Amino acid sequence: MSGPSPLWEVFVRARRGLSHTHVGSLHAPDAELALRNARDLYTRRQEGVSIWVVPASAITASSPDEKDAFFDPAADKVYRHPTFYEVPDGVAHL
Amino acid sequence: MYGNDFSPPEDGPGGGLLGEVEAAEAALREAAARARRGGPTPDEDLEAYFADVIDADQKIEPRDWMPEAYRKTLIRQIAQHAHSEIIGMQPEGNWISRAPSLKRKAILLAKVQDEAGHGLYLYAAAETLGVSRDELVELLLNGRQKYSSIFNYPTLTWADVGAIGWLVDGAAIVNQVPLCRCSYGPYARAMIRVCKEESFHQRQGYEILYTLSHGTPAQKAMAQDAIDRWWYPSLAMFGPPDAESPHSAQSMAWKIKRFSNDELRQRFVDMCVQQAEVLGLTLPDPDLRWNDERQSYDYTQPDYDELMQVIKGNGPCNRQRMEHRRRAHDEGAWVREAAAAYAAKRAEKKEKVAA
Repeated sequence: MSGPSPLWEVFVRARRGLSHTHVGSLHAPDAELALRNARDLYTRRQEGVSIWVVPASAITASSPDEKDAFFDPAADKVYRHPTFYEVPDGVAHL
Repeated sequence: MYGNDFSPPEDGPGGGLLGEVEAAEAALREAAARARRGGPTPDEDLEAYFADVIDADQKIEPRDWMPEAYRKTLIRQIAQHAHSEIIGMQPEGNWISRAPSLKRKAILLAKVQDEAGHGLYLYAAAETLGVSRDELVELLLNGRQKYSSIFNYPTLTWADVGAIGWLVDGAAIVNQVPLCRCSYGPYARAMIRVCKEESFHQRQGYEILYTLSHGTPAQKAMAQDAIDRWWYPSLAMFGPPDAESPHSAQSMAWKIKRFSNDELRQRFVDMCVQQAEVLGLTLPDPDLRWNDERQSYDYTQPDYDELMQVIKGNGPCNRQRMEHRRRAHDEGAWVREAAAAYAAKRAEKKEKVAA
């Protein structure tokens, strides 16, 4: 018996200009079949113009347990947002 | 619109069940946009953390902590849902080669392809809970996991394809629309996709019956006969009455289920009456009548003894369905092996080139 075929994560870009969005996953023996199956499974109703398939084993995810600690550095750097800066009255196009 | 404030179909934005699916999708995005609390703090009780997330109508995601019983019940429910989609291809597949016109045949093919897709979305959702699809398929083939009782009934005429679309897929939607708000994120998202497509199935089934009921007397009689045979099995799809439903209370507390079996069944009956009138066909229940006090229809309950028999494996087609699935699995083994061997060979070649 062959082992189970690997799991692939599927990303679809709906239209030009948009980004690829994760739409789901599927099993397939290789990348080419994963792509074909993803076409049949996730774009039957013209949901997309571009598909990426990635072996699930190639993805490393951040852990929800460390979420706060992991993303904390973002919280104390408000100056990274344009809204942090005051614009004097009367300045146009800024 | 959160939790149990489930509005009647005509109140949904965009109207009907599809409107409710859209509302659920919007709610999902909204819940995601609300500041979500992170993981539990080190000294926090995990159970309390989990209850907090559920209370706040936020979604549990695969890597979140969850009670073992929650995980188990979801695996059971999602897997059996997936199996139902796969076995459900058989009764309709039975009519693909005999569909009465090329258009009907093409539609039926597309529909059966959708069912395969639904099975795959659902297996993928189940896998996020830490089981593999192969294990689940194994459980189905061993008879240790079930699929929906409805697919153990035979499709005897073309009109049955219409009755399955209207009644069976209709009942499935009524059941699944609230699942679009289920507390487990991957299941809720799969249900949103499934419901949108299921809605096409229900409408195409209704159109088949409408065409037949406005055709020759023989066609109309065939449509009526199909409804007569599928009505009660469809009502039984909502499961045993509330008093005898073992998993219900816990599932409702966890917000996996949002409405009881009987509530959903009532809702389905109330929808079907008017739809049957437009078809010019009757529902085979002499005691079906409007109850002004309850603002709902009184109806005859399906035969739950029969339901239990079918679930136990003694329905009209149980053996045939399982035998067919096992044969497809066994006889397909060499094809799966060939695909795996080919993939391995290509991977090896690639490595050599890269080296």
